[in-house]
Amino acid sequence: MCGIVGLFLKDKALEPRLGELLTDMLITMSDRGPDSAGIAVYPGAHPGFAKLTVQADDPARFEGLEASMSDALGADVTLRVKDTHAVIELPADKVAEARDALKTLCPEARVMSAGEAIEIYKEVGLPGDVARRFDIPHLTGSHGIGHTRMATESAVTTLGAHPFSTGMDQCLVHNGSLSNHNSLRRKLAREGVTVETENDTEVAAAYLTWKMQEGHSLGEALESGLEDLDGFYTFVVGTKDGFGVVRDPIACKPAVMAETDQYVAFGSEYRALVNLPGIEDARVWEPEPATVYFWKH
Amino acid sequence: MQTFDLEANGLRALNETLQAQTPQTNETAWEVVNPRGSHAIAVGLDAPLDVTVRGSTGYYCAGMNQQATVRIKGSAGPGVAENMMSGTVVVDGDASQYAGATGHGGLLVIKGNASSRCGISMKGIDIVVAGNVGHMSAFMAQKGNLVVCGDAGDALGDSIYEARLFVRGEVKSLGADCEEKEMRPEHLETLRDLLERAEIDARPEEFRRYGSARKLYNFDIDNAY
Repeated sequence: MCGIVGLFLKDKALEPRLGELLTDMLITMSDRGPDSAGIAVYPGAHPGFAKLTVQADDPARFEGLEASMSDALGADVTLRVKDTHAVIELPADKVAEARDALKTLCPEARVMSAGEAIEIYKEVGLPGDVARRFDIPHLTGSHGIGHTRMATESAVTTLGAHPFSTGMDQCLVHNGSLSNHNSLRRKLAREGVTVETENDTEVAAAYLTWKMQEGHSLGEALESGLEDLDGFYTFVVGTKDGFGVVRDPIACKPAVMAETDQYVAFGSEYRALVNLPGIEDARVWEPEPATVYFWKH
Repeated sequence: MQTFDLEANGLRALNETLQAQTPQTNETAWEVVNPRGSHAIAVGLDAPLDVTVRGSTGYYCAGMNQQATVRIKGSAGPGVAENMMSGTVVVDGDASQYAGATGHGGLLVIKGNASSRCGISMKGIDIVVAGNVGHMSAFMAQKGNLVVCGDAGDALGDSIYEARLFVRGEVKSLGADCEEKEMRPEHLETLRDLLERAEIDARPEEFRRYGSARKLYNFDIDNAY
């Protein structure tokens, strides 16, 4: 099953409420996916800086990482711990170096996302509990995507939870299942794109990242995904300043969208949207099958 | 008019209350407020009630309906009026996928658009859509009428049996064994009656009729591998 929510704000006045609104939407989708939950948000970027969101089952592993990472990079690094996750802020040109350093400084840590703006928080457990652990209601930002998971294609683990991020500031959530993810994973490997988990969704995320590395826009990458991804899917994707939606041609997986002057919102079901401000007067519609929808700031 | 606050009193209480109404009930007019996209609102009714839902609904609203009239003052989620036996369901907004699926009787009116698989496996229900229907509508439809005042998506009437399909706008493509048919006077009469009951202003002469070519009814050795 799985539940998806997404909110792309047009009105900056709503940005302080992004986390609160998304949390409410996410919790409403608990019965579509009680296994695990996750959220990707895009709080404003600091010019010249990038962020790595990392996860370790035991947050004690993050102790001393701020200092050791600063030493390793020869630059000022700040680290904020939130439950099992930590957001490391560092100079933008040091991301690759930091990922390498992390392997020795904190081998237990897994990178959830990297980018100028993106932060990803995801864990096993009920969506409400996950939101509380990461204090998601207090997150701010211009847009965000959330997912509640009912696992089908791979085990219920933190790394199997959504969103998946396979490129800078990119993320993807998925309701459905892909049938050609193994062959696609091998194809991507031949292209030098590595996928870390056994999960089908991560392959879709990596596929889009690969297409964009080849010079395609997100919209074009999603269009070619309609040809190359076989299976059931409703995808919602995020980039640093964009938000996209695409459904497979069969379109079994539900999707509802709402748009006002203040926001564009996505929900697997309408009830995820009912508490949004001004929803009574929003344009509400079901996205068409095999059609790419994309908004950009 | 009885008013039921769904948010305050819950779904189970709503359906138990409505299902408990006998055919002789004097409490026929009901209003459901705060539906907030909830699932399975007003399902399994079996009395001549008139239920108005003030807002949009989630999955399976008015499923298995018998006798009752259910009016949705908003849009409906997947499977509205699924397996309806009799009565009337009117959606003021849009309907999501498989509206009226497997319905045996009654009338489903959608004032907006219906998405994919509208009337899938319909078995006698009449469905009138003021707007468009999505792909695979009337898939394996067996009996009843599907009236589409707008356009129909891909593969209309795929593997259809004896249901009748009327479309005023464009048909993107016809499904396997579905073909255009002659519009005879009795079809115009059926259509006029359905449009009138659905309170939709459209001329029957503007529609085209589609139905089964009946080539999938019998085993054809040439189709064997």
